[in-house]
Amino acid sequence: MSSDAIVIQTAEAAGRPWVETLHEWVTTVDHKRLGVLYILYALVFLVIGGIEATIMRIQLMHPHNDFVSPQVFNRMFTMHGTTMIFFVAMPIMFGFANYLVPLMIGARDMAFPRLNAFSFWLTAFGGILLYFSFLGGNGLYGAGNAPDVGWWAYAPLASRAFSPGHSSDYWTVALLASGFGSIATSINIIATIISMRCPGMKLSRMPLLAWMNLVMSGMVLLAISPLSAAQIMLLVDRYLGGHFFDTQAGGSATLWMHFFWIFGHPEVYVLIIPCFAFASEIIPVFSRKPIFGYPVMVGATVCIAFVSMSVWAHHMFTIGMNSYANSFFTITTMAVGVPTGIKIFNWLGTMWGGKIQFRTPMLFCIGFLFQFLIAGLTGIMLASSPFDWQLSGSYFVVAHFHYVIVGGILFALFAAFYYWYPKITGRMLNERLGKLHFWLFVIGFHLTFDLMHIPGLLGMPRRIYTYEPGRGWDTLNYLVTIGAFVQGIATLVFVANLVISYFKGAKAGNDPWDAWTLEWSASSPPPVYNFASIPRVSSRRPLWDLKHPEDPDSRYE
Amino acid sequence: MSTIVTPLPEAPLAWKLPYRGKVGMACLIFAESAIFTIFVVAYLYYVGKSLSGPTPREVLETPIFYTVCLLSSSLTIHFAGRLLERGRRGAFLALWLLTVVLGVLFLYGTGQEWHRLIYQHGLTISTNLFGTTYYSLVGLHAFHVSAGVILLSIVLLFGLAGRVGPEQSRRVDVLSLYWHFVDAVWVVVFTVVYVLGR
Repeated sequence: MSSDAIVIQTAEAAGRPWVETLHEWVTTVDHKRLGVLYILYALVFLVIGGIEATIMRIQLMHPHNDFVSPQVFNRMFTMHGTTMIFFVAMPIMFGFANYLVPLMIGARDMAFPRLNAFSFWLTAFGGILLYFSFLGGNGLYGAGNAPDVGWWAYAPLASRAFSPGHSSDYWTVALLASGFGSIATSINIIATIISMRCPGMKLSRMPLLAWMNLVMSGMVLLAISPLSAAQIMLLVDRYLGGHFFDTQAGGSATLWMHFFWIFGHPEVYVLIIPCFAFASEIIPVFSRKPIFGYPVMVGATVCIAFVSMSVWAHHMFTIGMNSYANSFFTITTMAVGVPTGIKIFNWLGTMWGGKIQFRTPMLFCIGFLFQFLIAGLTGIMLASSPFDWQLSGSYFVVAHFHYVIVGGILFALFAAFYYWYPKITGRMLNERLGKLHFWLFVIGFHLTFDLMHIPGLLGMPRRIYTYEPGRGWDTLNYLVTIGAFVQGIATLVFVANLVISYFKGAKAGNDPWDAWTLEWSASSPPPVYNFASIPRVSSRRPLWDLKHPEDPDSRYE
Repeated sequence: MSTIVTPLPEAPLAWKLPYRGKVGMACLIFAESAIFTIFVVAYLYYVGKSLSGPTPREVLETPIFYTVCLLSSSLTIHFAGRLLERGRRGAFLALWLLTVVLGVLFLYGTGQEWHRLIYQHGLTISTNLFGTTYYSLVGLHAFHVSAGVILLSIVLLFGLAGRVGPEQSRRVDVLSLYWHFVDAVWVVVFTVVYVLGR
């Protein structure tokens, strides 16, 4: 809409010293820049977490391998889990939410821009603190460096007696800091969506992405807060000699598990709901049809959020709860499958009869649909408590949740990258490299995580640093590692695509996909103020109304 | 694409959305409630599970006076806000000052109780489970009261400098929302610690 302004701006930028540009980025309160910072920050940690995963896979390639020591292996799986959840997945979701929500609801910025910057730097500080443990975790005890108690930090493993030095403290404080950042961002997102919508943007007309980020933020408030509370308790135990999780003084190790999983399970939905949001924006555009069943989609999202708050103890079937608790959590966990199934049905309903364009974002969305479905099915298997007694703590569980996180969340994220990269940078991502990335990743993903279920079924426990030969796990583990390398190569292709396209990509223009939501009305990249005049909308697809004045959506509302 | 939304056939609408400060504070209160819930659950779960003394029955005294102080400060801050709305700055400042004083009194009460528990009964955070849960829960609440008192004092200073008028009343209301929350939490903490926990 104001392409002139943008031209002037870039011309200005070219002549400025880099220090000034850096200063601008560090002190920025602009939601788009903070969004980009969040995403870049998460990508850096994605590479770090990926390297940690690769180290583990190399170690497990052969029986009796000694690529890393058991101690290092423990650090690797702890850091891998913590990094991927708290410093990759969360910030990247917040990055996209930050960038897209104000643009999609026709606002000029978030509700609290400075709080927004503060949250980002808190999160960033948390990540740096976690990795500083490699240097500072030793303390005066000479007791190892990075945290090695697993990303659940179960009691009493995380207590002073069993985790001397400062490694667990770095873990706790890093999560506390980034947790407060997450809570603040969520408050910001909710306030933005409730209070900053442009005229006419009723809740019933809001893009599904905004709706789902609203629900996600509400869940963050309910899920991250218990984690923060539990971290405070752990700090009290470790520093002030408290007894919350100290079984020798009457404390309870189980209570920590409950507190952790009250956070831990909703967290999965915190991460997947924004991915539902990406799919709900991308699939309609590439099917050339409006989303099928908009109100039901919103209802299903709220329903998932609600039910997922009462499923946490399915992570704890093996600790010996009574049969009522086991039955309750089995039933609620299976019940989450219903609204999720409704969503998958609606996405298929959107594609049904559409003129589907198989561009890279759509390919990733289709991959997401299938893989998320399979991940959900193994989830239903594990929800049944007797089945879980057999397989809890095995590689079957590892395969299941990586199917959700990689096959579901990461695929949807890649789709989002290919879809919104043109808006963020003004350039298209290369389609050929994109397709190469997709197919390599699909092959690597299935090689790794399909096969990983089998050693789990054969009894391979998670978190072991090596295993005996001749148990039927050898070949499978070898292939799983090869798959991990294929995924690594695919990720390199993706990173190369991001870099090359930034300089050499085709110019995107305002609206490369012929889409319908407000962000595509702004120039690419959008000006600082987003909209020269605040738009007014009268339907769910404002750009459709604009492009087709003869047959606007508003006529049918 | 200079006008992104062409005037579509629709009556001009009155577009009024909730004040973002209020929404933000409501969200914060929601998140804080979750944090307090976890501490309350831990407290209740560990009632009577301490392996050694002192027990709550032996050492706790119900702080009726300081509770009345804190709860009545909710009234004073509410009426302060209404007075500000009507532009009566002097009366606003007086009631606001009273709120701060009541908050500080409450904190003094907590401090006195802790002093008594530590020096007379030898109960610290590391003595037993009761000590751990008691100091954490009451301490978390006292921390929130302290934060509130600091925020209220800042407004008081601005008010004394003559910078707080009716045009700020929306913002002042956001702060008083927080203060009401802190008071409401005390009702829960009081019930849990001094009524149920004994």
